Amino acid sequence: MSRTYADYSAPLWKRWLLTREMAVIALTVAVFVYATINVDNFDGPLTVKFLLQDIAPILLIALPMTLIIITGEIDLSVASIMGLSSVLLGVFHDSGMSIPAAAALALMAGLACGALNGFLIAYVGLPSLAVTIGTLALFRGIAVGLLGTTAITEFTDSWADLATDTIGETRIPLVMIPFAVLTVAFVVLLHFSTFGRGIYEIGLNDEAAHFTGVNVARTKFILFVLSGVVSAFAGIYFTLRYGSARGDNATGYELQVIAAVLLGGVSIFGGRGRLHGVLAGVVLIGVISSALRLESVTVNVTNIIVGLLLVASVILPSVLAWTSSRLPRKASTPRESSPTQNAASAGV
Amino acid sequence: MGTTPAAAPVLELRDVSKSFGPVVALRSGSLRVEAGSIHALIGENGAGKSTLVKVVAGVHRRDSGTFELGGEPVDFPSTAESKKSGVAVIYQEPTLFPDLSVTENIFMGRQILARGRRIDRHAMYAEAERLFDRLGVRIDPRRPAEGLSIADQQIIEIAKAISLDARLLVMDEPTAALSGVEVDRLFAVARSLRDEGRALVFISHRFDEVFDLADTVTVMRDGSYIDTLTIADTTPSELVSLMVGRDVDDLFPKVAAEIGEPVLQVRGLNRAGVFHDIDLEVRAGEIVGLAGLVGAGRSEVARAVFGVDSYDSGSVTVSGKAVKGNDPRSAIRAGMAFIPEDRRKQGLVIDSSVTRNVAGVIRRNIAKAGLLTSSMENRAAGPWAGRLEVKTSALDMNAATMSGGNQQKVVIAKWLATDPKLLIIDEPTRGIDVGTKAEVHRLLSELAGQGLAILMISSELPEVLGMADRVVVLCEGRVTAELDRADATPEAVMHAATHHLEDVR
Repeated sequence: MSRTYADYSAPLWKRWLLTREMAVIALTVAVFVYATINVDNFDGPLTVKFLLQDIAPILLIALPMTLIIITGEIDLSVASIMGLSSVLLGVFHDSGMSIPAAAALALMAGLACGALNGFLIAYVGLPSLAVTIGTLALFRGIAVGLLGTTAITEFTDSWADLATDTIGETRIPLVMIPFAVLTVAFVVLLHFSTFGRGIYEIGLNDEAAHFTGVNVARTKFILFVLSGVVSAFAGIYFTLRYGSARGDNATGYELQVIAAVLLGGVSIFGGRGRLHGVLAGVVLIGVISSALRLESVTVNVTNIIVGLLLVASVILPSVLAWTSSRLPRKASTPRESSPTQNAASAGV
Repeated sequence: MGTTPAAAPVLELRDVSKSFGPVVALRSGSLRVEAGSIHALIGENGAGKSTLVKVVAGVHRRDSGTFELGGEPVDFPSTAESKKSGVAVIYQEPTLFPDLSVTENIFMGRQILARGRRIDRHAMYAEAERLFDRLGVRIDPRRPAEGLSIADQQIIEIAKAISLDARLLVMDEPTAALSGVEVDRLFAVARSLRDEGRALVFISHRFDEVFDLADTVTVMRDGSYIDTLTIADTTPSELVSLMVGRDVDDLFPKVAAEIGEPVLQVRGLNRAGVFHDIDLEVRAGEIVGLAGLVGAGRSEVARAVFGVDSYDSGSVTVSGKAVKGNDPRSAIRAGMAFIPEDRRKQGLVIDSSVTRNVAGVIRRNIAKAGLLTSSMENRAAGPWAGRLEVKTSALDMNAATMSGGNQQKVVIAKWLATDPKLLIIDEPTRGIDVGTKAEVHRLLSELAGQGLAILMISSELPEVLGMADRVVVLCEGRVTAELDRADATPEAVMHAATHHLEDVR
């Protein structure tokens, strides 16, 4: 006689609403509403457009970064790949190539950068932190070496416009279209494919993943290649938007990306996190920055606030886990209701 | 025992027990070791020898029983305490600091100080030199520990023990990794220590060594003390029967299954330094037991066959089709299933749900057009969890919250869901409560009855003898015996497991 089971230990609304991701989304909405009411000009016609244009590169790179951090690795070289692709776009265009051809080459370079990272991490087995700190310097060095301190600012107008245009009469920038396509692709990849299940398993226990036939090395390699290509695309967008190819473009962006991913509920230890939380995390940081900028607060203050949020978001789950592990023991020793306890700890 | 010493014994343990959660590792261990003697401690894998030693060393704290050292009752909360009281334990693989010198390793944590609390290297080197002279070995005290042979590393541990003036030295299978000459040197050192009046406990699986070196021997079985004998008054066969000593046939009723075509064929599998020339065949409906001592290479062979580890040469086929080496996916496609030894680290993703674990392998088949949803996984996993009667309130419960037996059921469900032709199962019932153990045995027997080929690794001899149609015995990475069910007596298996190939035939 075989047993049957309930699929879930908690009702749907609990599983969806009482999550880290929902907390970030709620916070984002709250900050947005607060800023709309209290910050002058935040409800202006251009705010949403500039906000989205500003966070577009972060949104893009956060997609592959989420997958990489869920496997327990990290990619610190993303901003340097942006810088390199920016310089390559400029240099190739300057030498007479059309923008699409130059962009294609820049994307190829991003792919090669990602492949180098992936090879060293997945197949040689080096720690990603060390490898990508190295390639962070390497790729940035190549970018600055190619162009020095000069900038290339001549880009075909029609292409430069494309980077700043909005969709029809809306305030939504055109870049949101490729972003939306990529988002759907990454959501499917992470949450609705066997490949995505493997990503979580690697992060939780790579040995057990190997034992069930997950190709750990290939999975990691693919993710770093994706990260390289998406970073290069973000670099191209960044260049066209500001009409300037420079070696030091997007310096420091890797920290913003990683901050947003962690804020969005992805565990730095791997194995946990979902993309909707990450997207909310990026938007939250964007809304805070843009509201503070409208209030003429300096960037340093913005950084302090984002930094505090990040630290709090990393500490909070541990504090919650600690209190929830303490409380039941004190309050109710005789009761043996593990289901509720587990649901609580699974939610964190 | 023959001697009647005036003084109290160096070590006396009486009815010591130790459990880890529901698992009883040591039921009732007793051991009495006199000064100036070498005492052998023998028993099958899992008999409780190592746990007993760890209690003496202060690694584990006993749950009950008496523990006296030189007549004084003691209780070691840590290894530091046991060292202070003169107990030194030398493990099979010593743990030295590879980057430090031999001398620094000997005096780690208690360096000889000169004036002004300055470390006096010269005094330390001189002292190390003196120790090595006394042991009659030649090791440069200034060289780094890295690159020393295991034998030399053990000597350094012994030197450390002597410099601490240890009165009790415990050696846990010290000869497992040593060559003949190195064993002779170790034994010479051991004898000279005994003649100085120290007490030695020597754990070994090799009877020739026990008879060569020890004065007395204590036999353990199933976590309990069985007997203590003077070496002069006993024989190897008496020790084997004491070690095994139980009727195994009734415990594991094996249903006779029709044995069909060969499913798994392994030919000449080699991996340098791990296993050599392994030939194996498992037929449909057959349970083949892979027996041997810990470290004989059983798990390593299984891992190589399934492809989670690589091998140097040889071939693996399933139903006549070659399986690629070092590629678990290829093995899974060929119809292999592998339930590894370490459930928590290898068998399942412990922080993942029942569903994700059970559907962990079949998810590639249930995905439609490459898409996979949680409800598809639930639909596929639910019936398999049900068939094995996994005890859980819902399919999204974490595997970490379950008992060992239930976790094992999840692992089994995961692999049965792949509809395998061959099941490799490493230590099927380790750390599982008695009730579930019987369930697992019944299930394996049933599966074989349905035509599944099963390769079972077990350190529990009764399990192997009770379940297997055929027993293949490994010793030091080689097949030393292949016994049919009728010939597979505990004595025959233990004999093959403790002797080199040369000795068998």
